[in-house]
Amino acid sequence: MPQAVAAAPSPALPLSIARPSEPERESGGDAAIVLDRVSHSFAQRGTGAAIPALKDINLRIARGEIYGIIGRSGAGKSTLIRTINGLERPSTGDVIVGGITINRLNARDLRAERRKIGMIFQHFNLLSSRTAFDNIALPLELLNLPRAVIRAKALALLDLVGLADKQNRYPAELSGGQKQRVGIARALATDPQVLLSDEATSALDPETTASILALLARVNAELGVTIMLITHEMAVIKDVCHSVGVMEAGSMIEEGPVQQVFAHPRTDTAKSFIGSLPGRDLPVAVVKQAIDDPNTALLRLTLTGEAAGQPIITRLGRELGIDITLLGGQIDTIGGAPFALLYISIPAEAWHSGRLSHALAGEGATAELISHVS
Amino acid sequence: MSPELLSLIYDATLETLYMVAAATLIGTAIGLPLGIFLATSGKGELFEAVSVNRILGLVVNATRSTPFIILVVAIIPLTRLIAGTSIGTTAAIVPLSIAAAPFIARIVEAAVREVDQGLVEASLAMGATPFQIVRKVLIPEALPGLVLGITLAVVSLLSNSAMVGAVGGGGLGDLGIRYGYQRFMPEVMLVVVIVLIALTQALQSLGESVARRVNRRVRQH
Repeated sequence: MPQAVAAAPSPALPLSIARPSEPERESGGDAAIVLDRVSHSFAQRGTGAAIPALKDINLRIARGEIYGIIGRSGAGKSTLIRTINGLERPSTGDVIVGGITINRLNARDLRAERRKIGMIFQHFNLLSSRTAFDNIALPLELLNLPRAVIRAKALALLDLVGLADKQNRYPAELSGGQKQRVGIARALATDPQVLLSDEATSALDPETTASILALLARVNAELGVTIMLITHEMAVIKDVCHSVGVMEAGSMIEEGPVQQVFAHPRTDTAKSFIGSLPGRDLPVAVVKQAIDDPNTALLRLTLTGEAAGQPIITRLGRELGIDITLLGGQIDTIGGAPFALLYISIPAEAWHSGRLSHALAGEGATAELISHVS
Repeated sequence: MSPELLSLIYDATLETLYMVAAATLIGTAIGLPLGIFLATSGKGELFEAVSVNRILGLVVNATRSTPFIILVVAIIPLTRLIAGTSIGTTAAIVPLSIAAAPFIARIVEAAVREVDQGLVEASLAMGATPFQIVRKVLIPEALPGLVLGITLAVVSLLSNSAMVGAVGGGGLGDLGIRYGYQRFMPEVMLVVVIVLIALTQALQSLGESVARRVNRRVRQH
């Protein structure tokens, strides 16, 4: 997603959508999805040796939350999302959705539960033999509902996803974004409490991605549907998710509210995902020059929430009486709240005296000394 | 050509069409479910039954590798059991159907396997039962391939039906052999061949046009 460096407005993402009130993260029994010590292995073809895909995953997704899982291919995120609706049954551990332990259900009960869990896919998985309308009607037909009920519901959903005029088009006549809208409408047909998104925007161009993400955010806000999505793009996490989990080699290596993980990533994987966003990295020459000069300190300033909108740089300069050079950075909206990451250099003395840290305390900002190019 | 001959050709054409139509219906009635089962009973599939799948596969291959004329003779007791007689047009439908069913089954299997597995997964995620997936997803999505495949089966039945003269099956092939070859009437042979070519051509075109009509995978404007 093209994000301009520094203060330029973010052009690609018109995310002026209403956000849900912060999900109730604390209420213990009210989690939409709970994974309790979930591990899974696949049998290797031929030898039958067990290949671990998920390693002891514990996860708690609050009702009404948009939870993103990010990881590289092969990290296990696809396997993980497939355990939520029982497409994959974990080797050990429990998957609990809406209070029901999915992995212990028999085939019949599992089918009933799956109707409460919608799913959308990277390649849309629409029936080419059915029109947009009939694709959306399919899950309702499976329930043997009366025709009139199906029709009313499908038309309302077409309207919701903005495809009212395309109801008689076949998938081959729709663009990628329109196909995914049909996919979303189909996934919502049975009024699910949970929506699973399996790389739903990975086959789309950036602008279409933005509009699909905006739709997901709207679905979350207006219908209160809990969304669990997997992606390999940090921009997706940044734009719609409330919380994020980072997966690597089958393990959940880092987890938390998006703001927190963005402001203070702990693992190298999380750092590299965040670093992959445009505007995150400074040119090596700038960094080198700043580091080579013993009289200046190169700092990364992270401002979240209120602080991101305050004139902190000029205030610091005035109050501390130092010169601050702005080298680069990014001002953005992450997890629905403003977020700024600025690279500055100041006289080394001001850093070592601790005056800057002192001045920053209470501003909702943190500064760290950069000693190497990250 | 005498009116008698024309009438013979007309009757033979009707006999051929009767045999081919009946054998297509029966062959499809057996071959369609068999093919769907073959395509969905492998490891990790909808109706997983690996050993049954393997046994049925062997039976299908055995039937398909038996030359048709040998099959006709070999199953005479079975034909007598089903049709009451082993001679005549109706009796000939038995070996024709038995040869067509495994052929159709393999064609159906291939067409169903062409359906994107993602659709099966999406249907499972919706809470569809395996039978609903067959009826609502696999068959409609495989339809263009199924229609073309059954067209192929019809044309091969047309050619097989020429051999059932060996058991008094009648039809165009029989007429061609008896009049054209054994009675030295090359003009009858010629007419028989022309009628067969015309039938094949017509059936093939019909199949292709239906297949095109049911294919929504491409834009149709």
